[in-house]
This record gives sequence, C-alpha cells and structure tokens, in this order.
Amino acid sequence: MLSVLLDTLFDGISIGSVLLLAALGLAIVFGLMGVINMAHGELMMIGAYTMYLVQNSFGGLGGVWFESYIFLALPTAFLVAALGGLMLERWVIRYLYGRPLETLLATWGVSLILQQFVRSVNWAMVIGLVLWGALILTGRLLVWPRWGNLPWMSRVWVIAAGALAWGVGALAGERFGLALEEPWFGAEGVDVNAPDWLQGGIPLGDFQLPASRLFIISLTSICLLGLYLFLQKSPWGLRIRAVTQNRSMSACLGIPTGTVDALTFALGSGLAGVAGCAVSLLGSVDPNLGQEYIVNTFMVVVVGGVGNLVGSVVAAMTIGILQDLFSSGILPLLLGDKNPLTGFFNFFATDSMAKVIVFALIIIFLQVRPAGMFPQKGRSVDA
Amino acid sequence: MLNLRLSRPKALLLEVGVVFLLVLATVFGVPPLLTAAGQAYRINLLGRFLALAIAALGVDLIWGFTGLLSLGQGIFFALGGYSLAMHLQLQIPTGQLPDFFSLYGVSQLPWFWYPYYSFGFTLAAVVLLPALTAALLGYLVFRNRIRGVYFAILTQAALIVFFNFFNGQQKLINGTNGLKTDTTELFGQLVSSQPIQSAFYTCTVVLVAVAYFLCRWLTSGRFGRILVAVRDDETRLRFSGYNPTGFKVVVFAIAAALVGVAGALYTVQSGIITPDAMSIAFSIDMVIWVAVGGRGTLVGAILGALLVEFARNNLSDQFPEFWLFLQGALFLLVVTVLPGGVIGWVRTWRIFPPPTVTTYPSLEVDLEPEDDQQDSRD
Amino acid sequence: MKRQFSRRKFLLYGGATLGTTMLLKACGSQPTPEAQSSASPTTSASPSSTIKVGILHSLSGTMAISEKTVVDAEQMAIDEINAAGGVLGMQIEAVVEDGASDWPTFAAKAKKLIEQDKVVTVFGCWTSASRKAVLPVFESEKNMLWYPVQYEGQECSKYVFYTGAVPNQQIEPAVTWLLKNKGKQFFLVGSDYVFPRTANTIIKGQLQAQGGTTVGEDYLPLGATEVTPIIAKIRAALPNGGVIFNTLNGDSNVAFFKQLKGSGITPDKWPVMSVSIAEQEVQSIGTSYLDGQYASWNYFMSIDSPANKKFVSDFQAKYGANRVTDDPMEAAYIAVYLWKQAVEKAGTASDLEKVRAAALGQSFNAPEGKVTLEDNHHLAKFVRIGEVQPSGQFSVVYASPNAVKPQPWSQFVASTKGYTCNWSLDRPDAGKFKMGST
Repeated sequence: MLSVLLDTLFDGISIGSVLLLAALGLAIVFGLMGVINMAHGELMMIGAYTMYLVQNSFGGLGGVWFESYIFLALPTAFLVAALGGLMLERWVIRYLYGRPLETLLATWGVSLILQQFVRSVNWAMVIGLVLWGALILTGRLLVWPRWGNLPWMSRVWVIAAGALAWGVGALAGERFGLALEEPWFGAEGVDVNAPDWLQGGIPLGDFQLPASRLFIISLTSICLLGLYLFLQKSPWGLRIRAVTQNRSMSACLGIPTGTVDALTFALGSGLAGVAGCAVSLLGSVDPNLGQEYIVNTFMVVVVGGVGNLVGSVVAAMTIGILQDLFSSGILPLLLGDKNPLTGFFNFFATDSMAKVIVFALIIIFLQVRPAGMFPQKGRSVDA
Repeated sequence: MLNLRLSRPKALLLEVGVVFLLVLATVFGVPPLLTAAGQAYRINLLGRFLALAIAALGVDLIWGFTGLLSLGQGIFFALGGYSLAMHLQLQIPTGQLPDFFSLYGVSQLPWFWYPYYSFGFTLAAVVLLPALTAALLGYLVFRNRIRGVYFAILTQAALIVFFNFFNGQQKLINGTNGLKTDTTELFGQLVSSQPIQSAFYTCTVVLVAVAYFLCRWLTSGRFGRILVAVRDDETRLRFSGYNPTGFKVVVFAIAAALVGVAGALYTVQSGIITPDAMSIAFSIDMVIWVAVGGRGTLVGAILGALLVEFARNNLSDQFPEFWLFLQGALFLLVVTVLPGGVIGWVRTWRIFPPPTVTTYPSLEVDLEPEDDQQDSRD
Repeated sequence: MKRQFSRRKFLLYGGATLGTTMLLKACGSQPTPEAQSSASPTTSASPSSTIKVGILHSLSGTMAISEKTVVDAEQMAIDEINAAGGVLGMQIEAVVEDGASDWPTFAAKAKKLIEQDKVVTVFGCWTSASRKAVLPVFESEKNMLWYPVQYEGQECSKYVFYTGAVPNQQIEPAVTWLLKNKGKQFFLVGSDYVFPRTANTIIKGQLQAQGGTTVGEDYLPLGATEVTPIIAKIRAALPNGGVIFNTLNGDSNVAFFKQLKGSGITPDKWPVMSVSIAEQEVQSIGTSYLDGQYASWNYFMSIDSPANKKFVSDFQAKYGANRVTDDPMEAAYIAVYLWKQAVEKAGTASDLEKVRAAALGQSFNAPEGKVTLEDNHHLAKFVRIGEVQPSGQFSVVYASPNAVKPQPWSQFVASTKGYTCNWSLDRPDAGKFKMGST
C-alpha cells in the first residue's frame, strides 16, 4: 500500500515538474508585464526542434557525443527560444502593453504562424524571408530617409519587397525542385532519441524510476534555483522585481523599463525553450507540441498567483498530483469496493475525466481565491 | 450601421427596411442565383456561415460592447448543437436506441436523453441550456469580480472541462465521434433532404435578422450604455452607484443563448456535431470574426464571420499551407493595424460618420485604468 | 459597393503579410460569394476528354500529417494511369479538397465535389468519424467513395469501397498470433474514439472465446501525451509480464513508447502489438524506442516482391528518397487502380451503377500481393505481422499464406454475430443480413 502511494506521489511530482518547467517562463512574463503569451507553447516547440537539430548534428557523431548532446542542446535551445521571444517582444508585444486582451489575440496569431512555419519551412522559403528582411533593412537605412519617411511609401516598399522576395523564393523552388522545396521538418513529428542513459531507468524494488523523469525533476529544480538566485541576487533581478511591483515608480527612479521588459520576456522564452527540450524526452516533437501544454501552464500560473514563484511551484505540484491521483485509479483501489465514493472516483478514473474534475476544481478554487494561492498585496482599488 | 444624419424614427425605419430587404434577398434571391451558377452547395455553406454570424453577434455583445473576452463560447455552441442533435437522434421508433449505443454495449437510454423526445423541450433547451449555464458561471465569476485576462483564462478552463466531458463520455453522448443529424427524419423527411435544408436556411436567415434586432435593441438604450461603461471603466461605473454584476450576468447569458441557437442551426446544416466544437481554436475564431468585422458594431460581427469563413473555405483548398499563415497574420493585423476591423476602416472614409456612443474620448485603445493592473484586492 | 470594398480589404490585409502575392492571386480567382454568383459556371464546362475524380483528405489540421501521405499515393497512381494513356482513352483530372480535420467540413466538401465538380468518384477520408460524416452525402447523392484505411468494420455501405483492412484481416489474426506466441494476459490501450473502442470490444470477445484474459483497458484522449497514469495501471495489472495491445493513434504513441521504455516495460516481457503504427510513425517515434515491438498490417515497405520494389522506388523518385511507404498509402494506391479497372470493365465512368457492379471481383497485383475486391465491397488482403528493426523497417514474422476474406460484421461482437454483407445480391438488406438467410 505504501509503495503504491509513493509511486503515485512520484508520478504526480513528475507530471507537476513538467508543468512547472513549462510554466516558469510564463509565470515571470505574466507576472511582470501582465502579458498573456499564447505563443509560449510554440516557444517550447522551438526549443524541442532545436534539440532535434543539435541531436542530428552531434548525435550522429556517436559515442560520447551522442551520450552528452543534451547538455549542448539545453543552452542552445535556451538561446534560440530567447532570441525568438526577444523578436516577438520587440516586433509585436511592445506595441500592445496595457492591452492584455489584444496581446492574447496577437500572440495566438503568432502561435498559428509559428506552427505552420515549422511545418512548411524549406530552403526556398528561407531564401525568400532572408531576402525580404534584407530588402526591408536596405529600405530602412538607405531609401526611406530620402523620401522624408513618408509612412505610405515605406508600406509600399515593404509590400513590394515581400512580393519580390516571395517571387524569388518560388522561382528558386521551381528551378531546383525538391532540393529547395523539401520541408526541413514537415508536418510529421520528428524523432528525438534521448541518450541511452536517459532512455532507461533506475530499478527500485519491483518497479523502475524512469531516468527521463528524474532528469526533468532535477532540471526543473535547477531552473527554479537559478531563476530564484537571478531574481533575488542580481542587479537585473532587482530591477525586474521592482518593475513587477510598481512600474511607474520604477520608471521614475530611472529603471529602463523597456529593457527590463525585453530582458524578462527573453528570459521567460528561454525557459520555455528549455522546457521544450525536456518534454521532447517524454513525448512527440511535432508542430502541435505547444498546444498540449499551453492551457495547463496558464492554470498553473493563475492558480499559483501572479508574479509568485512559490505559488507556481505549489500549484504545479498540486495539479500534477491531483491529475495522477484521479486518472491512475488509485483512489477507488484504496477505498475498496464497499465505499460509496468508489463509484464516483471510478467514473473519473480516465485521463479525460481526470481533466474534467481537475479543471472543475480549479474553477471552484478561483471562486474562493480569485487571485490565486499567493496573491500579491496592494492597495489599488481595481482588481 | 446607417448613421446618415436622419431623425431617429426615420433612421430606424430605414434600418428595418434595409434589413427586411436583405432578408428577402438572401432567402429568395441568393439560392436561385447560386443554383443557376452551378454552385448549389454554397447555399448550404452560406446557411452555415450565417449561423456562425449569430454566434458572432453573441460574441460581439460581450466582447465588443461589454469588454468581456470569453474564450469559452464553444461550450454554449456545443450545448445548443448537442441539444438539437439529441432530439434528432431520437426520431426513431419507440423502444429503439440511437445506433451508436450498440457500439458500447449500452442497452438503456441515459436518463438525460428522455426529455429530448419532446420537440418543445428541445427548442427551449437550445436557448435556455446555454443561457442558464452561462448565467451560473457568470454569476460566480462576476460576483467575485474576476475580469480581464482572468476571465478569459477561466472561461478557457471551463471549455476544457466541457470538452473533456463530452469527449470522454462515449457511453452517454458518443464521445469524439459526436452526433450525426443527417440520417434521421424530421416531419417525415430526411434531415439532409432538400426541403428540410431550405427550411433551415430560411430559418437561419430570419434568425440572423432577429438576433441583429435583439442586439440592436440591447445596445442602443440605457442598457447598452451601461454595457459600454462596463467595458470602458467598470470602477467608475461602480462608484456611480451601479452594480455591474447583474448586467454582466444578463448579457453573458443572452450571448450564450445566441451562440447556442447558432450551434443548433450550424449542426443541422452541417450534419454532425462533435466535441471539436469545443476546441480552443474554434472559440478564439469566434473572437476573430468580430475583430475582423469591427468590434462594437453589429454589422461588423455578421460581416466578419462571413468573410473569415468564406476565406477559410476557399483558401484552405488552394493554399492549405498558407491558410494558417494568413489566419495568424489576420490576428496580428486586426490587433495592430486595423483595431476597428473592416467597419472601422470603412468609417475612416467618413462617408458614414462614426457613432457617438463612447464614454472615453479615444476608444481605439482597450483602456485599462492603470498599466500595472495586477490582481490585488485583498 | 459591397463587392468592391471586400476586395480592397483583401488587398490591405495582403499588403502587410508575407503572403501578399498569394492573396492577390486568391483575390483574383476567389471573389466573394456575391461576386461568384454572377460568375459564369466555367468549372462544369470542362472538355469531355477528362474524367474528374475527387480527392478528399485533410491537408490542414491535426490529421494532415497522416492524410497527406495518402494524397501523395493517390496522385502518384493517377499520374501513372494518365502517363499510360488514361482510362477509356481519357485523362483523369483530380480535384483535391481539404477536409481540414473537421468532420462538418468533410461533409460540405464531399457535397461540393459531387454537386459542383461533378466527380464520378471520390478517394478520401482517414478517420472513421470523417467517413461517417460523409457517408450520408454519398448515400443521398448515390456517388462512390474509396476509403483507404484500416478501420473497425461494423459498416458495409453500397456507396463505399473499403480498401483497408477490417478487424478479421488485422486485429483478429494479431490476437491469435499473440495468444499462440506471446501470452494469454492482455492489457488494452487505445485513443478515446470509435476505432479503439470497437477494436477492443472485438478483442475482448475474441479473448473470451479463445482462452485469453483482459486484465485492463484504458483510453487516452486523442493527442494527449501524459501517459504516466496508464503506465502505472499497466504495471499494476501485469506485474510479471503480458501482452499490451495498442490502438493509440498519433502523438500519444510517441509519449507512450518513450515512457514505456523509461519505466522498464520492455518487449521481452511486455510485447506491444500496435495496429496504428506504420513506417511513417516509426520514423517520428524514433526506432530506439520501438526496437522489438510488433505491428500488424497488410503491407510493409520491406516486402520483397517486384511489385513492391517498383512501388517504393517510383514513390521515392517522385517525392524524395527519404520518404517511406506504408499500409494506408498502399491501400489508397490500390483503390485508384481498382476504380480504373472497374471503369474499363464497365465501359463508362459516369454510370455509377455499372461501375459498382463491374468493380466486384476485380483483382490487382498490389505491392502486398494479389488482392481481390469481394462482394461485400471490401478487399481480400494478406495479413502480416512485423517486428520493428533498428533500421526503422519491419521484419515480417508472420504472413498469411493466402489473402484473407474480409468480414465487415465482426463475428466476435454479440450484436453482429452471424451477420454478413453481399452487394451482388439484389435484396434490400444486402448490407447486413443473417448468414444463411435468403
């Protein structure tokens, strides 16, 4: 009986730590900027695909390279996703601060674009995109100033450049066929094979602790610790916390809030990239990867309370353990056949129904504590 | 819509007239034209998309006018759709079960199916079931002053609950496969047959007009002003002595009823309802219809739904890969470049002067009183 | 006026997007509905030297991954036939529609293909849900659908030809083989929709009849990737080994096999038999996780026969050397050729009654072997069980000596036991009647 409970606890913590790792980045982004980033899941996906690329370039060397490529993949995924997040912040989200609902819609749009991008990216497309970028840059540096920066002229330039770039890309694709037009990844999932030592497990009594789960639990702990130290001990962490608490006052005191925003967003996105690497050990790496996690991570952040790491940790673990407790059917087993509750719990002992009850509990919980487990204290009249 | 500077009664009369003519044209003019053009199947598409336009009106009511972004409208869509589909599934000789039950070895009709034998109950359920669900959810949420993004996320959680329930309960409502409506009979005719489908089409067109006038009526008077006030500055409204909770609950329930009706009409015209109606993407799509048409304008909601859905229908065949890019770009554009949607953009031509129902001078921005609006009530 | 601004609107949107030019093109060819009603019906006035057929699969959405490969196979077959002179001296023109992984869309597009494009047959669908959604359309229009995927059976429509396997050509032989070679205790895992549910009903009936036991059964929602609870259930139900019968679909498979391996549930004691994992899926799961597991199909890419060698090399030449072929693709390829043969025998493509009658009994030298279309609109096919090799290919560990005749109505399900289907008979209940009754 005890071993069953411990097993459940371990499984719950495993689920919870995946949730937490995925939600960490969101927690600081949402906490600082009030930005609902629906593309967070797609940043995870980018991390997972980065892992795939690193695996293909280093894993192929075999031997010790294959065994340890994941340690190269993690920082690379962090950087790539952080860069993606930075671009997202600079090009889209920056214009939408203070309009969280619009941000939600815009980032949803970005997430659709990213998904399709991963599905259909090929050399022809990359050629077109690079050309377009180069043309816009040229226009911005050389041409527009001479036209007196007329807004409609720049718009025409962007459109014309886009058309030209698309045409060149399509022509190149036509000319060289499959060589340029074969998608890099395609709509199918790609295979990420974990190193051997992560595929197995550590035997413990009559069952085996999966190594990948242990790895993710430790990775989550490290990320959490690192984030905590960064926020509490570093000067930029101090600035981030200041902006989180009171943006206008921080700005008055000379904190560059724009830079802080960009930095926080990049950091949050980078963490999403790391989370993407982690989940690639457990599941499929495909363009829909992000969609699996996005709603759950929001729940973690909201239940935990915005801008609060401890809250996120507690929320993630609670949701994970509850989910496992319901769906693994342990409860009816423990209660025995006689108990009237057994039938009730049996009804919820599938993955779907466990989700139903866990999310229903979340909704009920938010009625009691609308601001989450650990709300931020403040005196603003407006909730 | 037609705010040419006329006196109020005259303008109203003109509006009623125009809508009436449009309804007549859509019911009697469009189907023969499309049939003549060899595009008869597009009548069905138009009917389905008009049903979606009713849903768009509902979303516009809560998002465009009241500022409540609900990402859970799919729940109400599905409740309406399932209600009617269940009634149609029961159009079989008494004693028999709908045939999907035999797949799962169910021999006894689940209890909640029984009321659906009655047509009257079904019609009531299509409207009231979504409305009551929304009222309950809304009452709890609004009483606790959950707003903005928290409301959006909470409705999404509710969506997940309903989706997984419908998806996971094969033995009660056929799970992932959903309910078919095509093969059953209504008034002695197959539901998929021509006369019944035309009846549904006509019904949809008329209901779009009815829904339009309902929303017009709701948003024009005092009630409408309070809705706009909720959107623009709820705190100020509260300080002026109003309790917004009741208004928000009512408008949320009405919107849900509209979406429920839309779901029912959509289901019978497409022949099937599945839990996919409660996918996250579909509920967000509803918002984008309104955003494309122009939030806070009723014509915009209808137009937006038709434009986006026809574009999806046509483009996804020809450029399946690019449709998602386009859809994504659409989200970005209506938020950044075209916040007023198509209607807002047309208005910038100054042919039709913009209406004057605003409480703030500049409404292009979705005003939040402060930019650090963390939840800090206690 | 209305017409004009919606066009301009399109222009404006297009302006700031990457797909500017795409949109312009779309605007030119796809005006708004108002405009289209006045456009001349050019589509129906095609020259009589072509035969129009429809291809209806999901090109976008979650099912696109699988269905696109089938479209590739169908188009390859059509191109081959056209290159060899077409059918009845006419070229085949394929009208491709996107079902968008959305069942109502499937029904609407089927209607469009039949009513507007006037296609004489449609190759399409993947999921049972999509097939069931379009079925009423084909029945009311009396058109013809070729369905290329293995499915749960329990259906036999006059207006559909099924070229994939039914349970007695895939699942039932796999269970028999497992009982003989691997063990008597079965744990059933599946995605939560009609195919796994029905398949598992059949398996449970068969196990009961043949002396096995079902120790557990669990379902994951489509697309779910958190499989920890299921693995815990398996560990509890089969502590000392046993058979896992897997009807999971799509992404869940990846999570399932990755975490199965991590939990120490290995094929030596817990062999997994899958019926939805083909070469395509093996690629995206990763062979290191699948090594030594089993799958049951009618066709494997590794089959050593001249017909298959040609199929594989033609396919790779057309779509890229790293592409794989799998069972549904082969079934789709067969479907196009069987339709062609039926049309040639009937001497007409547009008189569907004649084509339907001519199709019965047609044989085709398929990559899997010689298959025959039986009177119940299903194919007699070869059954094979393969074991995953590190190369990502299957090595065939069992192959049926002859083509197995299809039984759409399962004989292991109480409500359909004893029923059969025969469309060569002229009787109103030819789709489902008690065997031996006349």
